[in-house]
Amino acid sequence: MASETAKRINYVRIEADQCKGCRLCVETCPTHCIVIGSKINILGYQYARFEKYDCTACGLCFYVCPEPGAITVYKDATSEEMAS
Amino acid sequence: MVKYEKPQSFYDVFERKGPGQKVTHYCPGCGHGTAHKLIAEAIDEFGVQDRTIFCSPVGCSVFAYYYFDTGNIQCSHGRAPAVASAVRRTHPDSIVISYQGDGDLAGIGTAEIIHAANRGENITVYFVNNAIYGMTGGQMAPTTLVGQKTMTTPMGRNLRRDGNPIGMCELISALKTPVYVERVSLADGKKVLRARKAVRKALKNQIDGKGFSFVEILSPCPINWKMTPIEARNWVVEHLEPIFPIGNFRDVDAPEVKESAETARLSMTPAMMDDETLYTTLSTQRDLEADKPVAELTDQFVKIAGFGGQGVMSAGVLLANCAITTGLHATWLPSYGPEMRGGTANASVIVSTEAIGSPLVNRPTTLIAMNGPSLDAFEDQVVPGGLIIANSSMISRTATRKDLRFYPVPASDMAQKLGFLGAANVIVLTIHALLEGFPCVETLRHVVPHSLKRKNLVEMNMKMIDAAVEYVAANPVEAVPQETGAR
Ligand SMILES: Cc1ncc(C[n+]2csc(CCOP(=O)(O)OP(=O)(O)O)c2C)c(N)n1
Ligand code: SF4
Repeated sequence: MASETAKRINYVRIEADQCKGCRLCVETCPTHCIVIGSKINILGYQYARFEKYDCTACGLCFYVCPEPGAITVYKDATSEEMAS
Repeated sequence: MVKYEKPQSFYDVFERKGPGQKVTHYCPGCGHGTAHKLIAEAIDEFGVQDRTIFCSPVGCSVFAYYYFDTGNIQCSHGRAPAVASAVRRTHPDSIVISYQGDGDLAGIGTAEIIHAANRGENITVYFVNNAIYGMTGGQMAPTTLVGQKTMTTPMGRNLRRDGNPIGMCELISALKTPVYVERVSLADGKKVLRARKAVRKALKNQIDGKGFSFVEILSPCPINWKMTPIEARNWVVEHLEPIFPIGNFRDVDAPEVKESAETARLSMTPAMMDDETLYTTLSTQRDLEADKPVAELTDQFVKIAGFGGQGVMSAGVLLANCAITTGLHATWLPSYGPEMRGGTANASVIVSTEAIGSPLVNRPTTLIAMNGPSLDAFEDQVVPGGLIIANSSMISRTATRKDLRFYPVPASDMAQKLGFLGAANVIVLTIHALLEGFPCVETLRHVVPHSLKRKNLVEMNMKMIDAAVEYVAANPVEAVPQETGAR
């Protein structure tokens, strides 16, 4: 799928309901891809959102995040991966 | 393509109470979650999830077993390294992790960690140092910094009053046996990646059988430090790291320590006794014949009680050894008062044709009472129809119960006359053997020399056996006046 490869970008999926809004990922991301949104999740926190598609898939956000499953980092994400 | 995702070694769903079945119970920005993630990832990477046993502490990480899909043991406060040592020695193939906080490891559990490290146990210890008691609400910990305000040091930790923060890496690396000691920090992304390396290395060392590995993780506790998670990370850099410098303290794979590594490796594998060796050590002659076919033996529950020094313990050992020699099962359980000599002591011995579950003897079939207080204490517990052998040199009364056999023998006097008061225990045990039909006297004679610590007393003990045989011949149990009737 050469055509799709061309469109692929790196992507960070943040599970809204697993985020405690600590902002460590926001602070850590070297390319400032993550922000804290204004919406509140079921845990009562303003959760983080992946916003800017400058991600290098370095994984720093994944490692600083204290939650086991809140962050998944995709390299060359397919459209299905980004939709999931 | 997924590049980084939740490690497999975590449960998919955390079945803990309370809201949020996908998130941990930790406060926002707490370092425990990050430390968990690094460990889970390392377990995944080395493919050891199925044989990992995670020993969790008391502290905020007490619930680690909700998260790690491995074997889990939640240990008493500070005792995780002792538990981990036991698991290591009984399950040689397991991968054993001790995960502890600073109150746990550097406070209440100081002895356990020092000795596990000094024994060079092949375990991995992850020590999460957040300079405070997190779980209980922010009291001073051994690692709390001088001047740091906590619930119990509202004016700040005072050096003169509260001592200096303990550097555990410094302490542990003062010992010769540990193979790997490193302090890392979770203060920023780069440091977390360095922590990741150390976490992996410490686990790999164990898998490679190298020995004791220790990683101290400087970890933020924003809630009890009363800071935002970001402020807490800065505080780690500005305050914790200067007092607890990060870096490697010991790595056996580093060339300059190769030599001590060899020492460590040698000391690492404890000499373990396998069942066979243990059996041969305890047995005397395994082909000895019992005088009755073993299958006909009625299980014996024997309580031997007296003053410390009357040989109640060694009489118990002798009986148990006779049983083992005959191919039976036996347990021996000593019970002392706080004093070794002069206080009361008793031994519980079970002899059985089948494997024994509990070594407790709550309802003795035989009570051997060497003194009055022992008869007073245990008479009521004897099963109906059971046997009491009383050292009548020291007990003037007879049994108050009438539903059992009571056999008095002046064992102390007899032993003294024969030349050694301390062997009265052999007289009463021989009498037990004669009246209960096990062990046979021949077995006793065979085992005595092996059971005795002082070999020069063998002859003396043989005399005691003979004297007991003669005594029973002269005083058959039927001839001993037994009052009849219900109690
Ligand atoms: C024998 C015993 N003593 C005291 C306590 C109370 N206690 C529970 S957690 C804790 C301190 C834990 O602090 P730390 O090990 O630093 O772990 P953290 O909670 O900071 O992760 C104490 C003293 C206890 N549970 N058991
Ligand atoms: S109290 Fe501190 S150590 Fe405990 S979960 Fe909260 S941040 Fe973590």
